[in-house]
Amino acid sequence: MSTVRIPPVLRETVGGNRTLAAAGATVDEVLADLFANYPALRDRVTADGELSPFVNVYVNDRDVRYRDGLETPVGPDDTVILLPAMAGGAR
Amino acid sequence: MATATPFREVSAAEALELAASGWRILDVREQAEWNEGHIPGATLVPLADLPSRIADVAPDRDDRLLIHCAVGARSLRASAWLVQNGYTNVVSMRASLLDWRRLGGAWEAPEQLLTPAQQRRYSRQVLIPEIGQAGQRKLLEAKVLLIGAGGLGSPVALYLAASGIGTIGLVDDDVVDESNLQRQVLHTSDRVGMPKTESARITLGALNPETSVVEHRERLDESNVERLIADYDVIVDGTDNFDTRYLLNDAAVRLRKPVVHGSIYRWDGQVTTFVPFEGPCYRCMYPTQPPPELAPACDVAGVLGVLPGIAGLLQANEVFKLVLGVGETLAGRLLMFDAMSTEFSEVRIWRDPACPACGEGTIQ
Repeated sequence: MSTVRIPPVLRETVGGNRTLAAAGATVDEVLADLFANYPALRDRVTADGELSPFVNVYVNDRDVRYRDGLETPVGPDDTVILLPAMAGGAR
Repeated sequence: MATATPFREVSAAEALELAASGWRILDVREQAEWNEGHIPGATLVPLADLPSRIADVAPDRDDRLLIHCAVGARSLRASAWLVQNGYTNVVSMRASLLDWRRLGGAWEAPEQLLTPAQQRRYSRQVLIPEIGQAGQRKLLEAKVLLIGAGGLGSPVALYLAASGIGTIGLVDDDVVDESNLQRQVLHTSDRVGMPKTESARITLGALNPETSVVEHRERLDESNVERLIADYDVIVDGTDNFDTRYLLNDAAVRLRKPVVHGSIYRWDGQVTTFVPFEGPCYRCMYPTQPPPELAPACDVAGVLGVLPGIAGLLQANEVFKLVLGVGETLAGRLLMFDAMSTEFSEVRIWRDPACPACGEGTIQ
């Protein structure tokens, strides 16, 4: 099982968890495993079956857009990071 | 154990003769005084460092040592200490260095990049080898623009001003609200209702009158963004919405201004540095602007007070490196901070060849 880090803005969709363990040998399979348990997460991370352009996915510290996208392999010791754009600042 | 040999105090004229006949000269003043000028060939050992350093500086207790300071007081104490510790040939110059110079004593003064007042004020950072007088001069000449004089802008502005950044511009059209005070440490209770830029100017002016604070009491938009950033060397982005972040990114890429990016949410912060055409830009990271509902502001989501403090100081740290031209910035790396677990982590971010702002096909 790989470890998936859930950013604060998405934690409400996964019962407040900061990290989750997920099965799967690719990003696609890992996400499918998460969505099966937390359907609300799907709408925040994907759009029309594709990764949402507002959410970056990293395997360890590498953006999967620059690897094999959803087909990027995920090993059992890898950490998957979901990272939506964050804007908070001044006010 | 020999009894302490007495030492002599000598005039400037006699000190000149001793120096000419080969006596070692020990200068027991402080580093900052040394930097302003010193006797060539002298060795600097500040009085307080004498016990720890003397064995390296003068291992032979019979060395002929001429001790001097600025006027003869510290050298007296240093000489007394030396003879108590077995040094046998010690004299103390009981005269000012001005006397030494009037009599034609050798003198070496580096080109002064800082005034004596600046040397005193910034002495602790001027001592750092990567800064020095030249680096401090760069800080004093730097112009840094802060987008937002709020949570992130507060710590950034305070530390930039304290360090002597010459010009700090503040873009904010908001007024101080009571609910800001939990984290926006530029502002004070008695300034609720005052424009944030004005409150910031008062605070920063009291902290460092040498820093010039420029108030831009407006909201960054398409019509003013290029005018606002054009005159500045580094932009610090501490805004609260995507519109402004994308607008700023695109203008900064066009004008080739580095942007130090910070964002915060509840217990989490992110910091990175965008250096146009050298590293990725904000659009390389997130090509499409998210809808506003994906950016819950602090007034909706809440934010821990220290979080903008931590993220803001990481931003200020980036500013210093950009201005000084030293070290490794966060260009190409997104640093993430989780206050709940006190954990830092980072991911790599890449320049996107297809980036509409800085990719291939854009003017470079």
